Amino acid sequence: MNIAVLQFPGSNCDQDAFHLFASGLGLPTRYLWHKETSLGSADLVVVPGGFSYGDYLRCGAIARFSPVMGAVREHAERGGLVLGICNGFQILCEAGLLPGALIRNSSLEYRCMTCDLVVEEAGPAFNTRLVGKRVRLPIGHGEGNFRIDDAGLERLESNHQVLLRYADNPNGSLSSIAGIRNEEGNVFGMMPHPDRAFERFHPSQDGLAVARAVLSLRFPDILKESA
Amino acid sequence: MKSAELPPNPDPVLNQPITPELIKKHGLLPEEYDQVCRHLGRTPSLTELGIFSVMWSEHCAYKNTRPLLKGFPTEKRGATAAFGRVLVKAGEENAGIIDVGDGWAIAFKIESHNHPSAIEPFEGAATGVGGIIRDIFTMGARPVLLTNSLRFGELDSPVTKRLLRGVVAGIAHYGNCVGVPTVAGDVYFDRSYEGNPLVNALCLGTLRHDQIRRGKATGLGNPVYYVGAATGRDGLGGAAFASKELSAESSSDRPAVQKGDPFMEKLLIEACLEMMAVPGLVVGIQDMGAAGLTCSTCETASRGGAGIEIELDQVPQREAGMNSYEVMLSESQERMLVIVQKGREREIEEVFAKWDLHAAHVGTVTDTGRMVVRHHGVVVADIPATALTDNAPVYHREARRPAYLDRTSAWTPEGSGLRDLDLEGARATLPRLLALPTIASKRWIYRQYDHMVQHGTVVLPGSDAGVVRLRLGSSEKFIAIKNDCNGRYCYLNPRRGALIAMVECLRNLVCSGATPLAMTDNLNFGNPYKPENFYQLKECVEGLAEACRYFDVPVVGGNVSLYNESPEGAIDPTPTVSVVGFIEKEAHITRQFARAAGSRLVLLGGAPTELGGSQFLGAVHGLKTGDAPAVDLDGEKRLQDYLLGQIRKGRILAAHDLSEGGLLVGISEMLFGTEKLGAEVDLSGLGSLRMDALLYGESQGRVLVEVAPGDLADVAADASLSAVPAEEIGTFRQSATLSVATSIGTLDWRVADLRSEWESSIERAMKRPGLG
Repeated sequence: MNIAVLQFPGSNCDQDAFHLFASGLGLPTRYLWHKETSLGSADLVVVPGGFSYGDYLRCGAIARFSPVMGAVREHAERGGLVLGICNGFQILCEAGLLPGALIRNSSLEYRCMTCDLVVEEAGPAFNTRLVGKRVRLPIGHGEGNFRIDDAGLERLESNHQVLLRYADNPNGSLSSIAGIRNEEGNVFGMMPHPDRAFERFHPSQDGLAVARAVLSLRFPDILKESA
Repeated sequence: MKSAELPPNPDPVLNQPITPELIKKHGLLPEEYDQVCRHLGRTPSLTELGIFSVMWSEHCAYKNTRPLLKGFPTEKRGATAAFGRVLVKAGEENAGIIDVGDGWAIAFKIESHNHPSAIEPFEGAATGVGGIIRDIFTMGARPVLLTNSLRFGELDSPVTKRLLRGVVAGIAHYGNCVGVPTVAGDVYFDRSYEGNPLVNALCLGTLRHDQIRRGKATGLGNPVYYVGAATGRDGLGGAAFASKELSAESSSDRPAVQKGDPFMEKLLIEACLEMMAVPGLVVGIQDMGAAGLTCSTCETASRGGAGIEIELDQVPQREAGMNSYEVMLSESQERMLVIVQKGREREIEEVFAKWDLHAAHVGTVTDTGRMVVRHHGVVVADIPATALTDNAPVYHREARRPAYLDRTSAWTPEGSGLRDLDLEGARATLPRLLALPTIASKRWIYRQYDHMVQHGTVVLPGSDAGVVRLRLGSSEKFIAIKNDCNGRYCYLNPRRGALIAMVECLRNLVCSGATPLAMTDNLNFGNPYKPENFYQLKECVEGLAEACRYFDVPVVGGNVSLYNESPEGAIDPTPTVSVVGFIEKEAHITRQFARAAGSRLVLLGGAPTELGGSQFLGAVHGLKTGDAPAVDLDGEKRLQDYLLGQIRKGRILAAHDLSEGGLLVGISEMLFGTEKLGAEVDLSGLGSLRMDALLYGESQGRVLVEVAPGDLADVAADASLSAVPAEEIGTFRQSATLSVATSIGTLDWRVADLRSEWESSIERAMKRPGLG
């Protein structure tokens, strides 16, 4: 099982995501510079948080054109796992790998805090042990207000593509949506940070369970390790 | 020696004769201009005049404060070979560096951006953060945390709200994007800062000893590189701007405020650290902060005992037709000067190409000791580098004790017939104090800062000190950091107020389980040419120095910001200190929030007895008077040593220092954690004191601790051995109330009501209708 963490100019949670998988789960993890055009042998590509290209124009709008994103798209089309966290979620939406868009928080302010999240029944991809439970994950974003048109929302709900909902909506997201998956179930995006919830001194260690849930689609055994 | 006149500048505008008006406009006194001519052996060109004016400004030269700052201890007496040594001292470089063992070190420094923030709060505060981050990574350190220290006028004023909103958004914009967590801070609101807010930002970075870089130009013929953002006309003369009082015309100085680009800074951090990791490539490096290209060239040349020649045609420029005056004085952000080992030019160029950044070969290190600037091939400035740095003027200003001190220090509650609180008054005061913006929760502020990025934040903002885990290679270490300064105490008694700033900061660190290591200070004062202001400055510096010597906490760097005045007068003297502490074991990390029902509340240091300078006097009686609370250095040291000992023995569940608002505010704040506890407190045994002073006075050297019943006897016995007063005053309960028995009756509050006053006071004030 190999993890690749992308690095765009302006990524700043790349180390956090790296350590979630490398230190938290003990998995082989490496960084991948955005100018690369091949993912090598990555099973899971993590698009980390930060301010890729300064979030100029729109969050994620420039990063989607980075050379590495072509390889990410092919990887996703082949059924490979992709996880976008925070700015990574925004990039995946801009790249069309996930539906919807993330706009300015309704408060018009950045929010850094720890949120309670409800794990939704999201098909075989992201459920197993977490469904119906609450997890606590930090957020840190100015633009996490999830938006999608009515038909799109209907599709997300009827396909069980919503992964996480805020218990107490911090940013105005439609239907309190904090994280989603694509229809096929191999591309995940979430505003909350599992990469800030894995050390013993973090507000929770729920990031480990979320990371395992993402990997479990291809590597079901990973859930046994945490049993 | 009479030097040859310079050839005409390529831009005719710069060839005008130097008139007394021009000299005055550049903030130089006639006698300073005479010194300029003596250094040059001729009259300066306009470009040179501009260069002298920024380098001899207070901001760059500390010309009014240098003699005072010499009183600070710069080394740690009790440092061991492996720990606590000062590796780079105050004043040597852009930031001081302290050994934290195992071959690792930390670099940290605080700096002000007060004047720009007063004029343009968002960009002013944002570029303040950017500047201090550059001071840290230029030393070779990776920035790992930020803190800030802010002062504003009273929050009921719309001007203050605009400034607070802008400053916080600016800090958030820059710090969040660049990916360095803002883990702690302090904010006070007081009328004296109306129109002249203080924005002090601190950055701390980590590095290995062998990664320490210096801002030195050495090695004849070594190439000088300019890296980072292109130069524009923004921030022209910002250092000189920071060295005068704010006036109604200040808003016309807006071009002197720079504009920041945190994305560029993030790239610059990564590219510079990557470049510095290449063995032997970088000879010297310095950021272009205040006074931009001018300061970085002459300071690196001066430190290296060398000269530098640069050609401005090679400087990346984002505006057409800039002349030499503009390029040399621009304070465009996110730029660095790098001296590279000759013959290895390709290596630096490759690193910067990877990050899509400029790396322009602008000049060469010489052995002339002179800073020579060419534009279009013509020499436009030729100045001995040390004339701009070491040989800048130094003044001993006149100090005069301000007359108001006779009145305020003689004040007593009895003398002025101040009626003590009755039961109802005592009850009504607590929620009122908790809602004072200075005391209330700063959640509205810190939730806008990313305080968790880099996943090392252990104690989140809102407790006595920020605690961060440092990942150092394969090992980890824990540090605590805290800023402090109550300007009101410094106004009422400058020397003692500064002592309090320092000892309270240390007390906060000890409450978090940390041993104080080293300090950086930001001296925010009024115009030093007014003898009363200079008296405050002098007394405060001496107070800080005394505390530093007493507690063996060296000063490793800092910043001086003078001329903090608005048309209403000078700010309260504000010598902000920031101290870093080291936590031996993770288990020692202690928070201020009570953890267990049934555990006991113990007051260390004795009952508070003083009212002078308290928030209570200000809020309830409208008075800013009295003497600052007394400081007993010996007692303080005993208290702190004892408390740290008890924490290390695992006997302290929570610890909280008493500060603004006094005893009941302190007890209440212990209840505002996640455990939702109440408390039953009995103060009737503390003697018959004035109720207002006991409940809301701000006597120093007091700490509240939470102790499990089983540890109580040991805690008391050790306190008695250490001669630290320790009084068991209550019990934490699984209840919704705080009840306090006093000699005049029992006071009760619902904890949820108190919490709501404290937690949402600033949020309510800053609420914008219609926004979620």
